[in-house]
Amino acid sequence: MNIQVLGTGCPKCKTLEKAVREIVAESKLDATVTKVDDIMEILKFNVMTTPALVIDGKVVLKGRVPSMDELKQILTTKIYFL
Amino acid sequence: MKLNKSIVIPLVFLPVWYVIYSNLQPFTDWLIDTIFGMKKGAHLTEALRFFIFEFPKVVMLLVLIIFFVGILRSYFTAERTRKALEGKKTFTGNIMASLLGIVTPFCSCSAIPLFLGFVESGVPLGVTFSFLIAAPMINEVAIILLYGMFGWKVAAIYIGTGLAIAILAGWIIGKLKLEKWVEEWVYATKLGEGNGEEEKIAFSQRISMGYDAVKEIVGKVWLYVALGILVGAGAHGYVPEEFMASLMGKSAWYSVPLSVLIGIPLYSNAAGIVPIVSVLIEKGASLGTALAFMMSVIALSLPEMIILRKVLKLPLILSFIAIVGGGIMIVGFLFNWIF
Repeated sequence: MNIQVLGTGCPKCKTLEKAVREIVAESKLDATVTKVDDIMEILKFNVMTTPALVIDGKVVLKGRVPSMDELKQILTTKIYFL
Repeated sequence: MKLNKSIVIPLVFLPVWYVIYSNLQPFTDWLIDTIFGMKKGAHLTEALRFFIFEFPKVVMLLVLIIFFVGILRSYFTAERTRKALEGKKTFTGNIMASLLGIVTPFCSCSAIPLFLGFVESGVPLGVTFSFLIAAPMINEVAIILLYGMFGWKVAAIYIGTGLAIAILAGWIIGKLKLEKWVEEWVYATKLGEGNGEEEKIAFSQRISMGYDAVKEIVGKVWLYVALGILVGAGAHGYVPEEFMASLMGKSAWYSVPLSVLIGIPLYSNAAGIVPIVSVLIEKGASLGTALAFMMSVIALSLPEMIILRKVLKLPLILSFIAIVGGGIMIVGFLFNWIF
């Protein structure tokens, strides 16, 4: 699983990245986590509000930091609302 | 529909909130006069009375209103706002953008992706600016604090004049055709395809977004509110009434432009600035000058200008500051003249 956290460096983006890494380590998910800082790269996902979460090239969350439970559910079951 | 826990709790909580809120003043008086047995009219007594009443009042207002704003905002996403504004004619577009700027969730760290997302999908530059001016300036925390400390009239004046500035400034920027001062790469960039879908959210989840908003915003601003009211309480009895009159009073015409100029580089959130403004007014600053100062601090901030410099050339940033700053000055003069 390829996980990308999109964000230009605002505090919320860092919070999301940290939470994602924690859950990946804790649940021993087979995933690579990368942080995308470049605005041009972020625009390719047509995202206007950061932070955003991308799993295997699909935007699954944008503009907010979810609760740990919700994030865990998204990452482990890949069930999301977008 | 099965009654969800997240819907029942607010319904139970609401009457409790109301009972506490409407009894704050008698409770404060009882606490100060009967329990503490303090001497009525003494400086310390009145300062303490002010704080014990004002602080819970403002925090309770914040909790209640931010909760509903959080739910309301879950309906207004940046994507929907963009769709509504695409290809809109100027003026109507400026009005819509300013109104949507109030309710669409916005954080200044998203200013760049938002600007690019708007401009590249065909939202006119001036309309985009109306949004970017209204979003930070007409801020829910500022409105609640103004309402709590000065009453609904001042809050309404703030919303009305803030909207007018956002609409007119955006309209002027559109008329001046300043697109040439947008960085060239902005119009050359192509947005990615797809992924622009809407989040499908259940109502119970919107309510939990209301809770999140309360946790996030009130958790962040309560300390500023406490400090501001503490300063206010301290100034209440101790600083002379007309302390600020000569500096920021009506008779000093230059106070309006000066307050705006001082406010531009200053950066504070609304929660920090409103209590300070209330102290200024109590100590003799005129309403127009104080409002102008507050608008300038909230709407024009150095960090946001630095962020926007990535997509805008310097002349456009300076025009933006000049036009919005000019609008704020007019508001300041107008209110000093009326009141």
